[in-house]
Amino acid sequence: MPIQHTTGDGASSAGDVPPMSPTEPNPPNRLPKRRSDRIRRLVERLIVGGLISASSLSMLITGAILVVLTTETVRFFGLKEVSFREFITGLEWNPLLGAEKHFGIWPLISGTMMVTLIAMLIAIPFGLVTAIYLSEYAPRRLRSVLKPALEILAGIPTVVYGFLALTVITPLLQRVYSGFEIYNVTSAGIAVGIMCLPIVCSISEDSLRAVPRSLREGAYGLGATKFDISIKIVTPGALSGIIAAALLAIARAVGETMIVALAAGNLARLVWNPTEQGQTMTAYMVQIFLGDVSNFGAEYYSAYAVAAVLFVMTFIITLIGHRIRVRFREEYE
Amino acid sequence: MTIPPGATPRNKAARRRKDVLFHVFCAVCAASSVVVLGALLVVLAMQGAEHLDLHFLKSPPSRTPAKAGIGPAMWGSVWICTICALSALPIGIATAIVLEEYKPSGRRLRRVHAFMQLNISNLAGVPSIVYGIVGLTVFVNFFGLVGNLNNPGFTFGTREDWWYVQLPFGRSVLAGGLTLMLVILPIVIVSSVEAIRSVPGSLRAGALACGSTKWQMIRRIVLPSAVPGIMTGSILAMSRAIGEAAPILVIAGVVFIRFTPQNLMDEFTAMPLQIYDWAGRPQEAFHHVAATGILVLLSVLLAFNAVAVILRHKLQKPLQ
Repeated sequence: MPIQHTTGDGASSAGDVPPMSPTEPNPPNRLPKRRSDRIRRLVERLIVGGLISASSLSMLITGAILVVLTTETVRFFGLKEVSFREFITGLEWNPLLGAEKHFGIWPLISGTMMVTLIAMLIAIPFGLVTAIYLSEYAPRRLRSVLKPALEILAGIPTVVYGFLALTVITPLLQRVYSGFEIYNVTSAGIAVGIMCLPIVCSISEDSLRAVPRSLREGAYGLGATKFDISIKIVTPGALSGIIAAALLAIARAVGETMIVALAAGNLARLVWNPTEQGQTMTAYMVQIFLGDVSNFGAEYYSAYAVAAVLFVMTFIITLIGHRIRVRFREEYE
Repeated sequence: MTIPPGATPRNKAARRRKDVLFHVFCAVCAASSVVVLGALLVVLAMQGAEHLDLHFLKSPPSRTPAKAGIGPAMWGSVWICTICALSALPIGIATAIVLEEYKPSGRRLRRVHAFMQLNISNLAGVPSIVYGIVGLTVFVNFFGLVGNLNNPGFTFGTREDWWYVQLPFGRSVLAGGLTLMLVILPIVIVSSVEAIRSVPGSLRAGALACGSTKWQMIRRIVLPSAVPGIMTGSILAMSRAIGEAAPILVIAGVVFIRFTPQNLMDEFTAMPLQIYDWAGRPQEAFHHVAATGILVLLSVLLAFNAVAVILRHKLQKPLQ
């Protein structure tokens, strides 16, 4: 039988049919397609279209964030009492009080960094050591108590931590050293650290567990103790995951709002002393959007500029975290 | 056997001792998180127990701590979380299906796909107050394009209907719910993607081999087996939404609201906001009211988590 079908569509067994255009739906030698089939295909197209348009919303959200932050920040810098140079280099931030308004971002950044630093001094060592304990030492029974406790800690709303900082941690600190103010960055930092601890712990533990057994057994064979293995084998092997965990925790701490709004105070100045109060970027935004600020003054738009700075900071930190996690992932066979 | 000169074995007992010390140190650190959790609960129970009764659950906030209640805030939370769930869950699950099941093959589309994944993991890292500011500009004010709060550019229905809608939304429950949707959408997407990914490929191949179309395969095979994972992730995301205060704070402000919302455009307050308000007051008595509010909030969250755990156990079938 001569090969006749040149169009490449389904009508292959038709001996005497002329080559047809591929758009022809029903080759004559087949059963005609049922109508429901066509409808089904149409419905399927529609569903896929709907799914894709729903999923494009996530892109739209990113777009909205960028558009809102850029336009309002540009409007802020367009105001005559604001200069871009003062904003990025200025050491004075008093948009609400006094005759002369100053918009220098560094006091807010110093408050944020102070809180983040204290938080990380708590979250990273405790989180990492807890992760090592969970992955290397803990018997299964204890694990089944510790893991849910950490999950509950991770699920507690941040406003609760803020309350805790204000009513428990601050009085405790004041009992230890009476110089602590009612609002101080240390107590906020400790609360943020407790909040970040489960993040550090769960991500580090995942990467500690990903280190293969054979490496541990090799070390045991050489006479290593569990301590040697934890410190010299497993932790270096999981370092990329641990660094990523720390970076994600830093991003969370920088963006944390309710704890600092409740416990860190509302005085924007360069913070060096951890017993004093200080304002973070997020706390400033809360102050603006809560207070009776006239809707379209410079202080209102300054909140958008601060939000833009915060967004860029957390974006860069998260991006580096993801990069490190992907790039330096130790591939074990 | 000869031992090379540099490799003299260290003192075995000293190394053992170090190991034991490290073990104890680790255990103490790990126990501290449980201790913190326990201390937190004890403090809350001690401070909050005195106000915890039916009166507290029902009545509106008050200037006198003894009479204060969390009623309107609770209903506000119910409204915004319902709106949030109704918008975030379908969109999130649809996005997860597209990301996992409709992976494109073309080079350019593949790049779009990879960018979408990166985008979502970045969205998950955006601080929630930034979402609040975006919601304030987009939902509450509509970029200032359509009318203003006192003189809406568009209305649909009357104030008596629960579905009354106006543009711009103003500081309303609808704006609050949609803003919460922005916050939890990345979480829903990520957990749904994980759940769909864990459905074995052989099930998909079997469905396709039986002649089902791609959507039929997803609808009848993939989604039913992924439901436990999706449900668990969604419930956890919703419990995040219930406790989220920062974006709602920007949208609603702290206002004194004595009534539950009646329609989509009503002003509202939510449980975390009310707690923030009480906790921020200087009077000691209001701190105790805040603790009671926290106890209510935490019990709602605990109930949600319990449902998630039960669902995970009930619905999980071995996929073999």
